[in-house]
Amino acid sequence: MELKEKMLASFMAFEEKIKDNEDLHEVRNHAIKNFENKGFPTKKEEAWKYTSLNAILKNDFSVFPKKDNAIEFKDVKKYFLHEIDTYKVVFIDGIFSSFLSSTTHEGLDVCLMSSALTKPKYKMVIDTYFNQIASKEESLTSLNTAFSLEGAYINIPKSKVVEKPIEIIYFSTGNEAALMVQPRNLVIVGENAHVQIVERHQSLNSNPVLTNSVTEIFAQKRAIVDYYKIQNDVQTANLIDNTYIAQKQESRVAVHTFSFGGNITRNNLNFYHQGERIDSTLKGITIIGDKQHVDHYTLVHHAQPNCESHQNYKTILDGQSTGVFNGKIYVEKEAQKTDAFQQNNNILIGDKATINAKPQLEIFADDVKCSHGCTIGQLDESAMFYMQQRGIPKKEAKALLMYAFTSEVTSSIKIPELKAKIARIIADKLGVKMGFDL
Amino acid sequence: MLQIKNLHASVEDKDILKGINLEIKAGEVHAIMGPNGAGKSTLSSIIAGNENYEVTEGEIFLDGEEISELAPEERAHKGVFLSFQYPVEIPGVSVTNFIKTAINEKRKANGEEEMPANEMLKKIREKSELLEMDRKFLSRSLNEGFSGGEKKRNEIFQMAMLEPKIAILDETDSGLDIDALRIVANGVNKLKNENNAVLVITHYQRLLDYIVPDFVHVLMDGKIVKTGGADLALELEEKGYDWIKQEQTA
Repeated sequence: MELKEKMLASFMAFEEKIKDNEDLHEVRNHAIKNFENKGFPTKKEEAWKYTSLNAILKNDFSVFPKKDNAIEFKDVKKYFLHEIDTYKVVFIDGIFSSFLSSTTHEGLDVCLMSSALTKPKYKMVIDTYFNQIASKEESLTSLNTAFSLEGAYINIPKSKVVEKPIEIIYFSTGNEAALMVQPRNLVIVGENAHVQIVERHQSLNSNPVLTNSVTEIFAQKRAIVDYYKIQNDVQTANLIDNTYIAQKQESRVAVHTFSFGGNITRNNLNFYHQGERIDSTLKGITIIGDKQHVDHYTLVHHAQPNCESHQNYKTILDGQSTGVFNGKIYVEKEAQKTDAFQQNNNILIGDKATINAKPQLEIFADDVKCSHGCTIGQLDESAMFYMQQRGIPKKEAKALLMYAFTSEVTSSIKIPELKAKIARIIADKLGVKMGFDL
Repeated sequence: MLQIKNLHASVEDKDILKGINLEIKAGEVHAIMGPNGAGKSTLSSIIAGNENYEVTEGEIFLDGEEISELAPEERAHKGVFLSFQYPVEIPGVSVTNFIKTAINEKRKANGEEEMPANEMLKKIREKSELLEMDRKFLSRSLNEGFSGGEKKRNEIFQMAMLEPKIAILDETDSGLDIDALRIVANGVNKLKNENNAVLVITHYQRLLDYIVPDFVHVLMDGKIVKTGGADLALELEEKGYDWIKQEQTA
């Protein structure tokens, strides 16, 4: 059976099992119908022109994993920010692991989507936010919505400055021959509240995994959200990350995406402005090789005056890897004095590596500042010679240069331990050990 | 110390150096002057091992060892230093971290232990003071947003840290105001001793008021056409290069 048919067939059994309230039932039904109509996206669609899911979809994924997959903390410690205290919401094969997690309800909610979706006391919040900013048209988002059950639910009340980062980690054990998981995260950040979140998807062996994740983030007035995505998975893991962000006035949201691994990684990152003087930051570093594929598909929807958006994506491609950057900036007529910036720099190291870069600016306001720049090149030879002249061997010089190339992105990581971790991953990717912390 | 014999070089099949002979002994300061396009910067790049140029004939010896086949970093480890006309910016890597890496790579290549941290710090302090560099400067990203003068000062700082046998200063005076020129020249003079040598490549005589050469060579059309003492530089400043050209064709 094809995966599409399998999903459709599973849906009734799924709904039967979870016994939703009427409202949720409606939402799911609507979503599964949309998926049924559209199916999985193909390269015929403009938005998926450079990313094909065909090969992945041939796997016989199990969609309801068994429950009893335990893992030892010591085996996965390295995937956490273990140097510092954090809140943790951890899932193993899609199922919440209370053992690895550290949740809270004291002064803020860092807990489970399944509780939020099923417990009456959350009904009002769910009615207000769940599936409100996520697309009802995009088929993979709809597929996730239909099966939404587990994920992180984070609700930060007004004026709360969360004192430690929140880690959301999804592990796949490989106990299933092939596994499809569909995490659903909901993040609500109240007025003047401030939170830092790190999200990671990690397979622990080489059985194929397909993750179709949806995250909705609501930033209220003057809220500050720093969101980091670490994508350093094994080469049989596939990730489709759909993130939707709604910002109210004067809020500041930054999403950093670090794509260092996986087979196919697709990031659909969407920002919607619902107030004035909003600041949105989208940054990413992609370093891949072999036949890996990373596709960044971003949208910033400027709908109100005096807002800013800053995009900066750096890509280093080795081997036969392929990269895509499609950055859309949409400026509505009302959105005067918009300042939208987009930068995308790519370095091809592998002779057979390819990048497809496409800035898309649709501007309907007449008093705006919008700029975009895209470069594709090799490593700067004069810089290589400079470093070699100072006695730094070619390999290390190359690594230093690539590190320097990504520094505009790493420099804005607000959690020092995360910054160090990312630098270590980069050094490791580049195959060097520098005499100092990059 | 540095000996260049009948050096010919080309880039993209265009001959640039057409038989250079030069001998620099320990303790000496040499200057190479010449009009634009004479091949001055090419010569310095080739001594340092830039792979964009092809040595088609001739040899380069450092302390008797032929080095023209060595990689740039190997020459650096043996004591060749080139102060760049256009130093490269490396964002995200501080001046301190860069020089630490450079020093320890050199030590590693020469079979030595890494320099202990306190010794490194002491040396960095000493040398940065010599070049009148602000402490804050050391934690900035290498050359990023530096003024022309700061870049050159940073080059000489690195030279001071690495203590090369032969230092080649390629147009180090360009982009320097008179104060920066004085500081840079003073730094070079303090580092100069009987065991090392300096090769100054310059278009103008100005720098040579401060770093006084033992020999001045005139490079024209890929060849050294005239050699003299420090007074030759003054003569060139006054009369330009045309009279040498005429001497050549006469």
